[in-house]
Amino acid sequence: MAAGVATWLPFARAAAVGWLPLAKKTMPKPPVDNSSRSDEILYVNVSGVRFQTWKNTLDRYPDTLLGSSEKEFFYNEDTQEYFFDRDPEMFRHILNFYRTGKLHYPRHECIQAFDEELAFYGIVPEIIGDCCMEEYRDRKKENQERLAEDTEANEAMDAPLPPHSTSRERLWRAFENPHTSTMALVFYYVTGFFIAVSVIANVVETVPCRPPKGSVKELPCGEKYQLAFFCMDTACVLIFTFEYLMRLFAAPSRCKFMRSVMSVIDVVAIMPYYIGLVMPENEDVSGAFVTLRVFRVFRIFKFSRHSQGLRILGYTLKSCASELGFLLFSLTMAIIIFATVMFYAEKGTKGSTFTSIPASFWYTIVTMTTLGYGDMVPNTIAGKIFGSICSLSGVLVIALPVPVIVSNFSRIYHQNQRADKMRAQQKVRLARIRMAKKGTTNAFLQYKEDRDRDSDSTALCVKNKSAFEHQHHHLLHCLEKTTNHEFTDEMTYSELCMTESVGFRTSRSTSLSSQQGAQNNSTGCCPRRARRRAAMRLANSTVSVSRGSVQELDTLHVKTTSIPPQTRSSLNAQADDLKLNCGEQDFTAAIISIPTPPANTPDESLPPSPAPIPGILRNTRATAYTHDTVKISSL
Amino acid sequence: MTGCAKRCKQGLIKFALSLHKLVTGTLIKDKADDDLEMTMVCHRPEGLDQLEAQTNFSKRELQVLYRGFKNECPSGVVNEDTFKQIYSQFFPHGDASTYAHYLFNAFDSAHTGSIKFEDFVTALSILLRGSVTEKLQWTFNLYDINRDGYINKEEMTDIVRAIYDMMGKYTYPVLKTDAPKQHVDAFFQKMDKNRDGVVTLDEFILSCQEDENIMRSLQLFENVI
Repeated sequence: MAAGVATWLPFARAAAVGWLPLAKKTMPKPPVDNSSRSDEILYVNVSGVRFQTWKNTLDRYPDTLLGSSEKEFFYNEDTQEYFFDRDPEMFRHILNFYRTGKLHYPRHECIQAFDEELAFYGIVPEIIGDCCMEEYRDRKKENQERLAEDTEANEAMDAPLPPHSTSRERLWRAFENPHTSTMALVFYYVTGFFIAVSVIANVVETVPCRPPKGSVKELPCGEKYQLAFFCMDTACVLIFTFEYLMRLFAAPSRCKFMRSVMSVIDVVAIMPYYIGLVMPENEDVSGAFVTLRVFRVFRIFKFSRHSQGLRILGYTLKSCASELGFLLFSLTMAIIIFATVMFYAEKGTKGSTFTSIPASFWYTIVTMTTLGYGDMVPNTIAGKIFGSICSLSGVLVIALPVPVIVSNFSRIYHQNQRADKMRAQQKVRLARIRMAKKGTTNAFLQYKEDRDRDSDSTALCVKNKSAFEHQHHHLLHCLEKTTNHEFTDEMTYSELCMTESVGFRTSRSTSLSSQQGAQNNSTGCCPRRARRRAAMRLANSTVSVSRGSVQELDTLHVKTTSIPPQTRSSLNAQADDLKLNCGEQDFTAAIISIPTPPANTPDESLPPSPAPIPGILRNTRATAYTHDTVKISSL
Repeated sequence: MTGCAKRCKQGLIKFALSLHKLVTGTLIKDKADDDLEMTMVCHRPEGLDQLEAQTNFSKRELQVLYRGFKNECPSGVVNEDTFKQIYSQFFPHGDASTYAHYLFNAFDSAHTGSIKFEDFVTALSILLRGSVTEKLQWTFNLYDINRDGYINKEEMTDIVRAIYDMMGKYTYPVLKTDAPKQHVDAFFQKMDKNRDGVVTLDEFILSCQEDENIMRSLQLFENVI
């Protein structure tokens, strides 16, 4: 119930006196209200800005932070006020909500910041007043779309293949993102070239060429060099057919692929050739055959795979379908009306070109679109008057839906531009973030190096570290001791990978417990080397893992082999919780190395686990997301 | 015939005016001005001291009441629609608009069509701090829809039906269609002493004072404020 209604409750209760004489049963006892009646002023200090309000005002909404006892957590005894370390500008709006019962959305604020404030104060965004609700919703939707686009773009972008995709998947990826491999790029350009060749051939073969020797009549080139054109056509069609079949083979969902627009265009482009082959050289049928050749021009639409602009245009037209439909309908109405009028106006004239109403359609269309060929011209005065009205109204009717279409196109085009720009900037951003992170991760490794190098002169290492760093490093150290593994960096890891020629199964889960072969290094004899080898193996797997989502772990789940799937899911769950929208894939973070994982562990079956070496935990399936690598990443 | 001619003339004038507006481009304009006039009605209550003298509330209580009132109705008056809206929020199950209408009339003792703060506070003072007789009088006024000094069966049936409407559809036990009528009959059985079909104020007060339950329940809402 709204705030003000709470104010009226005493009145509603008082008005209940009116029921009393009618009551058949005795009334229940009223609730005892022990709270102090007197209203007091509360002081709320938000980042230094002091707000004062009646206690009653805040009590109006008991299910929010300020209205419930939760605010007592923020009470400062010394200053006798409630202190919140939040944005005072936003708090103004929050407090106004309590006062007026309506929550307003300030247009100049970031929608996410506003949402966070609302979440902090326990206010549901749905109660935003009607005046601001639309704006809020629009901004929120826009923001969400943008974020979704960005994550999509991230994923769709040159993400390396997940290891162990079938050749079919690889093929499909090659077709969809030509930039992934050189072969795909080559194929992409070759098909583009052949489309161009085919279209040009179609055009050129109708141009009149010099007549062949011994003849006067000019022939179109197509007939003069029939064989050459036929060969070219055959070659193009072969390439297109091949491409289509490959796509069909590689498509993850063949039915869906066959129904898609591009596939239909492909089929339409190559069908006429085959039909022409099959059809006999019959006089009657060749007329239809000639018509079929017209469809060859659809090959030009195949360019839309190569050109984003074309796709945008097509998408715009699709999204403006209703406006276009309206335009068409209104034009049709107007055409019929004016054609009828013109016909009857010009009916009497001798030699008039307006022979019938359908014949007048042509005049009307030509006039309304301001073409004005002049092949049909009204002669009577009435005809001329109506003709002028017709052309004036034509301009208006056509001009109306056009801005809508234009704005749609502009919006979609800019969206695309933005996506491209983001992708371009993303790389720079990521690099910069990575470098910043490297600093912190390297700090710990550096500290370890220094410590290992000269364990007694630890004073050196303690140079400029803050208390936070100390504690953090201590924490990482504890973790190392717990898991009996050590942190290392990417370079060491990768060079170990090179030397070690252990094949490991790059399953999607990138199980770290993969092949260690017969290496039975216990931590005792060559701990570092063993760790390094395993670390290298890890590096290989991590490198090839696709960089999908971008959450970074703060801890690593290490569990024994007996419960691998849980590990994965729990890791996944954990990742979901720690949503750091950093947008970065940090490979340089420390990677846990395995000491002695025994045999290969295929995804589905559990490995024949040897007796777990005491004190050594195995990182089986520790890196478990479909896309992420597991890493201990320092902050 | 003259009426028809007059209407024709008026129509013609209106058409000419709108044509003129069309030509000068002022066709849709003046609605906003009309609306503006409506909302400027504002009312300020009399002084705090006067209200304190007139009612049984203390200054502080009046302050709290007024702050709440002003918050809800910045213009200082409540009209019937707002009143109905507010009251309906307390009874989401059923339809409280009819009863709110009667209540509104009971509050708006001067029949101005809107409740000012004085009306509000006066009624509250009676209901919460008044004597038994005053409360019963107020209730009688509420029931007596046409203010003729008598409650007859139709008025009572309207009131009772309005109250039952507030219950809504989903009740236990299921609401029968003649429940209001039965209720009214029971009421008249009790209240109408001389069986003349109407209940006067004295009959009403007398009957209520005889009823223990009613007397006890009148004390219920003492400490609402």
